[in-house]
Amino acid sequence: MTAYIVRRLFATLPVMAVVAVFVFFLIRFAPGDPAAIIAGEDATAEAIAQVRAKLGLDRPFMEQFFIWILQMLQGDLGVSIFSNLPVSRLIVQRVEPTVALTLSTLFVAVALAIPIGVVAAWKARRLVDRLVMGFAVLGFAMPVFVLAYILIYFFAVQWQLLPVQGYRPIAEGFWPFVESLILPSVALGVTYMALIARITRASMLEVLAQDYIRTANAKGLATDRVLLLHALKNAAVPIVTVIGIGIALLISGVVITETVFNIPGLGRLTVDAVLKRDYPVVQGLILVFAAAKVLVNLIIDISYAFLDPRIRY
Amino acid sequence: MLKRIFAGALALAIPFAPVQAQEKVLKAVMHADVRVIDPMWTTQTIANIHGMLVYDTLFGNDAQMKPQPQMVGKYDISPDKLTYTFTLRDGLKFGDGSPVTTKDVIASLQRWGKKDGVGIRLMSFVDKLEAVDDKTFRMVLKKPYGMVLESLGKTNSSVAVIMREKEAMTDPQQQVKESIGSGPFNFAKDQWVPGSKAVYVKNPHYVPRPGNEPPSSFAGTKFAGVDRIELIWISDPQTAMSALINGEIDFFEAPSIDFLPILEKAKGVKLMKTGTLDSTHGMIRLNHLQPPFDNPKARQAMYHLINQEDFLRAIVGNPAYYRVCHGLITCGSPLANDGGSAMLKDYNPKKALQLLKEAGYKGEPITVLQATDHVTITPATQVLIQAMREAGINVDAQAMDWGSVVSRRAKKDPPAQGGWNIFVTTTGGVGSANPVLHTWIGAACDKGLFGWPCDAKIEELRNAFAFAQTDEERKKIATELQTRAIEQVVYIPFGQWTVPLAYRADRIDGIVPNTGLAVLWNIKKK
Repeated sequence: MTAYIVRRLFATLPVMAVVAVFVFFLIRFAPGDPAAIIAGEDATAEAIAQVRAKLGLDRPFMEQFFIWILQMLQGDLGVSIFSNLPVSRLIVQRVEPTVALTLSTLFVAVALAIPIGVVAAWKARRLVDRLVMGFAVLGFAMPVFVLAYILIYFFAVQWQLLPVQGYRPIAEGFWPFVESLILPSVALGVTYMALIARITRASMLEVLAQDYIRTANAKGLATDRVLLLHALKNAAVPIVTVIGIGIALLISGVVITETVFNIPGLGRLTVDAVLKRDYPVVQGLILVFAAAKVLVNLIIDISYAFLDPRIRY
Repeated sequence: MLKRIFAGALALAIPFAPVQAQEKVLKAVMHADVRVIDPMWTTQTIANIHGMLVYDTLFGNDAQMKPQPQMVGKYDISPDKLTYTFTLRDGLKFGDGSPVTTKDVIASLQRWGKKDGVGIRLMSFVDKLEAVDDKTFRMVLKKPYGMVLESLGKTNSSVAVIMREKEAMTDPQQQVKESIGSGPFNFAKDQWVPGSKAVYVKNPHYVPRPGNEPPSSFAGTKFAGVDRIELIWISDPQTAMSALINGEIDFFEAPSIDFLPILEKAKGVKLMKTGTLDSTHGMIRLNHLQPPFDNPKARQAMYHLINQEDFLRAIVGNPAYYRVCHGLITCGSPLANDGGSAMLKDYNPKKALQLLKEAGYKGEPITVLQATDHVTITPATQVLIQAMREAGINVDAQAMDWGSVVSRRAKKDPPAQGGWNIFVTTTGGVGSANPVLHTWIGAACDKGLFGWPCDAKIEELRNAFAFAQTDEERKKIATELQTRAIEQVVYIPFGQWTVPLAYRADRIDGIVPNTGLAVLWNIKKK
C-alpha cells in the first residue's frame, strides 16, 4: 500500500507540470490586459504601456514562463498584480471558508442522502421510493441560486433567523461559524443530496438482489442489520466515488453559492482573478485545485481497499 | 420569537462565542472592492475612496467646486499669480505618528505630477517647487496657470494625496507597498482580504480642521465618526440589498436601480442622492483613426441615431434619477451651456444613414465593442447596436467582458486586425464639469484617450480655460470649447444619471453629501 501511495504521489508531478503549462498559456492567450484594468478608466494608452512594462507583461511569453517556473520551483507562487500581496497569502485567506463550506455541505448531504437512499431501495417502487426519487429530480432541476434566494428571503429577511451573507471564522465563535454556514450548506447540499441519494438507491437495489442478502433474510436477521451491515457496506464503493467527486467539485466549483452568500472562498477568488486577469493568482489557484483533486482521488482509491477487501494495490 | 428560540436552542447546545468588543463599526458595501491601495497608481474610483479615508489633501473642492484649504492652514498668491506659498496646519501627523513635513508634500506632488493627467499639466507650468521650512513650501510657476488650487483639490481620476516621503519616492509606475497617510483612518493591511474586505481603524494622530466648519463636499472639518470601518465587498446586488434590509450592513453605495422601489419601502432604510451634480455621464466613443469615423461627416451622422431617452430608460428607468443632457459639460454645473447642442437634438436615423453614405460608407462592418457584464454600459451598448441596425448600418458586435473591452480599446489597429470602431463608456459628472479635468473632451491626438480625437483648436481652448482669470471668461471659453468639441464629435453623450446610495437611517447619520465620490468620514453610529 505504501509503495502504491508513493507511486501515485510521484505520478502527480507530470500531471501538475501539464496543468502548469496549460494554464500559463491559456490565460495569456485569452483576451484582456491587467495593465489596462489597473491603469483605470481615464488612463491613456501610454500610461497603460508604462504599467505593462513595469509589471513585466511586455516581455516575451517564454521569458515570463521561465521566470514563473523558476519561482515555482522555489516554492513561490508569485505576487498578485493588483494587491501586491503574495498569492500564497491570498489563497490561505480563502481556504478556511471553502473547506468549511465543503465539509458542512457534505455533512448535510451525506447525513440525509444515505438514509434516504437506503430507505428508498428498501421500499422500492412504493410511495416512499417515489417521493425520494421526486425529491432527487427536484434537487437536480432547481438551480442553486434560485434555492439560495428563496432560503435568504424566508430564513434571513422575513424571519430573521439566520444571516443573509458572510462567513464567520471558527475563531470568532462556534455559533457564529455554524450560523454563517447553514443556509449556504443547505442550498448547495440539496443537489449533492439528490445525487448521493440516487446513487445509494441504485447501488443498494443491486446489492439487495444478491443471494447473500436473501440468505441473511432467510436466517432471520433483523432488517436494520441486513441493510446497514450487509448491504450498505457492499454498496459503498460507488457511493464513496460520488462523494469524492463531490468534494473535488465543491473545492473549486462553488462560485455561485459563494457569490450569493458572499463567502470569501477560493471559488470567488478564482472568478475575480480571471475577470481582472490577475495572472499569478489564477495560475496559483489552478495548481492548488489540481493538487487537491489529485489528492482527493488518491484518498478515494485508498478507501476502496478498506471498503472492499477484494481490492488490493 | 422564532429567532430567539432557534438561537437559544443552539446556544445551549454549543459552547459560547467570545464577547465582542463594544467598538463602533461602520459596515459599508461600495461599488467595487479595494484591490489597489495606491490612489496615484490607478484612476479607479474605489482606490480614491480608499485614498480619501487614509490620506489627506492640501485642498478640498467644496459643493460649488471651489477649492478650500484642507491640510493647508494659510496660503498666499503673489500679485503676478506666479508664486503660491502654502503653510501646513499645525500638528499634522501621519498614521504612524510621524509629523507631516514639506518634504512629504513636495515628494507626493512630484509623484502625482508624473502620473495624473491634471498633475502632469500643472507640473508643466511649475518652474520650482521648494521647501521654505518644515511647514511652508513654495510653488513658482512659469505662467499664471489658473487651475492650481482646483487641481490640488480634485477628487476624480488620480487624487493629489499626501504620502510619507518614503512612499512618495516610489516610482509612479509602481504601486506603493504601504498605505499610511494623515487622513482620519488608518488602513489595517493585516486584516485586508482583497476581493472580500478592507478594514480601516480610527487614526489616533489625525488632526481635523479646527473650528468645526460644516462639511461641504470635500471641504470643511472632517473627522472619524466611528472606531472602525469595514468595506465589505458583496458582488451580488440582491444579496447586498438583503443584507442592508436585514441590518447586516449600514451603508450601500451603489444599489441596483431595479431594487430601489424595494429599498424605498424597507423599514429603517433611506435613499440619499448625494451632491449637486449627476454622478455619471454616458458617452459613445468613436475611433477617429479608422474609417468611416476618420471623416467628421461620418462622425456627425451618428448624432442622428441617438435618442437619449432610449438609453436612459434602458439604464436607469426611473426619470427621477436621470436627465437628458445635450452637452459635453455636465448639465446643471456652473459651466453648462448650449454651445453646439443643436446638433445633438436632431434624432433622425434615415438622415444618419444618408450622411454616412455621403461620407463614403459603403456598408462595411462597423465593429462595436459590446461589454456583456457591466451594469450600465451593457444596456447602453445594446440600445446603440439596435439603433444602428434599425438604421441599416452593418454592425459587427464583438461581445466580451468589460476587462476585454478596456484592453482592446487601447489598440489603434484596424478593426479586422483587433482594433475597433465604437465603444461605450461612462465618466464622472464632477470631472466633466470642468474642461481641464474632463479628459474625454480633449483632442490631443496620440497622447489623448482612446479614440484619439485630434484637434489643435480644442487643446488651445482647454489651455486658454486654464489661464482664464474670471468666471465670465471661463464660461465664454467653455461654450466655445463645447461647440468645437461637438463639431469634431470627440464623443456622443447619451445623458447623465445618479443612483442614490442607501443606508440604515436608524443606525447611522452624518453622511456628507459629497459630489462625485462617496466618503465615509463624519458618519456616526447611533
